[in-house]
Amino acid sequence: MIDIQGLTKKYEDFTALDQLTLHIEQGTVFGFVGSNGAGKSTTFSILATLLAPTSGTAYINGANIIEQPNDVRRQLGYMPDFFGVYDQLKTDEYLDFYGASYGLSSQQRAELIPTLLELVKLTDKRYEYVDLLSRGMKQRLCLARALIHDPAVLILDEPASGLDPRSRSEMRDIVKTLKMQGKTILISSHILPELAEMCDEIGVLEKGRLIARGSVDSIQGHMQGDRQLTVKVLNSSQQAASHFRNDPLVSNVQIVDDNTVICFYRGSKEQQVNLLKQALQQDILIYQLQEERQDLEDIFLTITKGAEK
Amino acid sequence: MGKLTNPVLLKELKLRFRFFKSVSGMLAYLIAMSIFVIGFFYITTQLTGTGYFRPSESFYLFSMLSLIQMGMILFIAPGLTAGAISAEREKQTLNMLLTTTQSSWQIIIGKLLSSLAFLGLLLFASLPFYSLVFLFGGISPVQLLTVFFFYFVTMVAIGSIGIFFSTMTKRTITSMIATYSSSVFVAGFTLFFFFISIMVNQTMIEAGEIAPFTYFWLSINPGALVLSLLSGNLMTEFYTLAGIDIPIWVTYLLFYTVLSIVLLTISSSRLRANMKRG
Repeated sequence: MIDIQGLTKKYEDFTALDQLTLHIEQGTVFGFVGSNGAGKSTTFSILATLLAPTSGTAYINGANIIEQPNDVRRQLGYMPDFFGVYDQLKTDEYLDFYGASYGLSSQQRAELIPTLLELVKLTDKRYEYVDLLSRGMKQRLCLARALIHDPAVLILDEPASGLDPRSRSEMRDIVKTLKMQGKTILISSHILPELAEMCDEIGVLEKGRLIARGSVDSIQGHMQGDRQLTVKVLNSSQQAASHFRNDPLVSNVQIVDDNTVICFYRGSKEQQVNLLKQALQQDILIYQLQEERQDLEDIFLTITKGAEK
Repeated sequence: MGKLTNPVLLKELKLRFRFFKSVSGMLAYLIAMSIFVIGFFYITTQLTGTGYFRPSESFYLFSMLSLIQMGMILFIAPGLTAGAISAEREKQTLNMLLTTTQSSWQIIIGKLLSSLAFLGLLLFASLPFYSLVFLFGGISPVQLLTVFFFYFVTMVAIGSIGIFFSTMTKRTITSMIATYSSSVFVAGFTLFFFFISIMVNQTMIEAGEIAPFTYFWLSINPGALVLSLLSGNLMTEFYTLAGIDIPIWVTYLLFYTVLSIVLLTISSSRLRANMKRG
């Protein structure tokens, strides 16, 4: 569980984080979205006990980040956006070092390391020098490092940044596995559809302020204007188009082909049901209706543009 | 056992001694020392024309070796320690280290000891040269142990200066320059200030009064310390000059112990400086 209370970070005249208050329940995967300099990494650094807030505080599973930093470190696994590795250590030595740094006994480390390497799919690289691993492998190794002390809370700052699609997919799978294990995960990413796939909730951060928060669907629903409906009919698309044009909640209708019509609709779901019911009553044989989701990137741009104003 | 082990120390030792680089460095140093010792034997026996190597000459060899090793410490310790923390920062590994449950002290001490371990090994590897001195006599085991003890004190002191600058500065190059400057100050400028203070305090010295600065500058100079440990006569003259009859090694030990503790304490408190509100 993460409880952030009025977290503020100021650098002289610049406010990096402004009164951030956020409560994330245990087992939730929470995605942080924001443009560069929005305050995501500052929030993460404060939660990871690397940076003190100017005011406000936060609790990680009940431990205060200011007064009980060591308790926080015990409960928290942190993967920064930019990180280096000890190139001249072997993969298992790397994890062993961090295990020892968290006070795990050699026996505990010996048991944990193979399990973690299996989780991040690096079992076959166990005795290879870290230097020889690909970027994606290093990212996964860093994630394993963050998990070495079995923390209840994970903070992942852009874990898939700079990775190829396959590595991103692997990283996504690992996060899903961790979610199933009941970990609370705070994750940031610039690849927004990726967040939508992994997260229970997202929060949009802009200029240090949380300007939107909720499930991916609710944010999308809230921010969208007209929904784009693609309607496929068995009979004439002309007939369907003229029916839709008569509805005051339809802003635009486009005929794609003989059987396909696209209309932009701003009514509620209930109103949409009526629209379709009336179409069927007029013998318009609708066999497929598809609502095109507005791209999360567009929503993000809409939200942050609003915040700038 | 678990409580006594320091993860940073163990990791650093593994990294430092794993590759041929360290072994080749040590080999080069021992070859240089061998050339010096053989050269010393050759020149001494040639100059005397007797072909004998007397205990008094053995003592000179010991003195030379001791001064060279002290110089080696002043030269190598900054290079080994000045990047200990700043290099972690540059390689972006420091943050991950700081989010572990290791205390700042543990990290600082681990870094210091691992950096100095290589130097310690160099000194240990040079012991066979000293056995030659014992072969010809002129030196006691206590003198040898005392010299090695003060090597350790100096190593820790210079190492602490390196760790301090490495923690306080963001870049290794800055830390390196600051640490080498400190080493030059300790080795050379203290001697320079000693001579300056003799000139400034000329009247006091002639009147037989106490000249604390004259005493202080010489007593923190590593070269003067080595000579004071080897030659009693030289020091008697100096005590008369400065008017203070406290052995140099006492002040040296006290000064560098306090300096090391202060610098390591500051380094430890500054390591997680960003976590302090303000």
